[in-house]
Amino acid sequence: MSSMASTLFLPACFFVSLLFIAGFYYILATNNLIRVLIGVELLMKAVTLLLVAAGYVSGQSALMQSLVITLIVIEVVVIAVATGIVIGIHAHNKTLDARKLRNLKG
Amino acid sequence: MSIHVFYIIMGLMTLSALWAVMARSLLRSALALACASALLSISMFVLGSPLAAVFELSVCAGLITVVFISTISLTQPMSWHETMQHVHDHLKKYWYLPVILLIGAIVLTTVKVTFNIKVPETNVPADVRDVLWHIRHLDVVGQVLILLVGSFGVSLFFKEKHKK
Repeated sequence: MSSMASTLFLPACFFVSLLFIAGFYYILATNNLIRVLIGVELLMKAVTLLLVAAGYVSGQSALMQSLVITLIVIEVVVIAVATGIVIGIHAHNKTLDARKLRNLKG
Repeated sequence: MSIHVFYIIMGLMTLSALWAVMARSLLRSALALACASALLSISMFVLGSPLAAVFELSVCAGLITVVFISTISLTQPMSWHETMQHVHDHLKKYWYLPVILLIGAIVLTTVKVTFNIKVPETNVPADVRDVLWHIRHLDVVGQVLILLVGSFGVSLFFKEKHKK
């Protein structure tokens, strides 16, 4: 492990932590379903950055790139299906507020 | 590469993420997320992952932003009363976040963590195409299956109902 690579890993972890805090706070604080998805995206960005930094530090960028590509594909499919669900919810209930979705309440 | 460049890119990315959270308009929030994705792709390029950076730029900064903007335009805009209530609630909810991030940054900079990880020698090829097609080929099969399942799910959501 080169000294440059090892000095980059801690700052990367620092910014990954900040992104995680922002994403989790967004998901917990909001009631809007689209904003929840944007929070999930922020968490995904943090994971992607951590994987790339780990690949750079360990000198195995090729392996990490293949994992990142898999992660991006999964991310796209999750967001596409989730936005489809959100549009369906809006078509049925005319709202995106999670507090007003009480159709399944017993 | 200078470490200062990395710090600048990461700082801008954190600011973009903060903008995505703090923005009152959903559209601006989606655009801020696209900015964060673009900055992440620059940092990936700097960290020696060019192929993943291209994927991130085209798919996450491009496609996902288009999906978000389409979703926002397909959903009904709020009335004036709802908008005013939303602005009031939004400020009340999210002003904590910069403070939390600042406290988190101070705590993380004061805690001294050292990593002394010995990475074992492996026979993984240096080319990502070799890794993807020869070592992680099951991942490719999984990606194709996930894409098929996702397209099937989306087509089910938008299926037109035939009226008799």
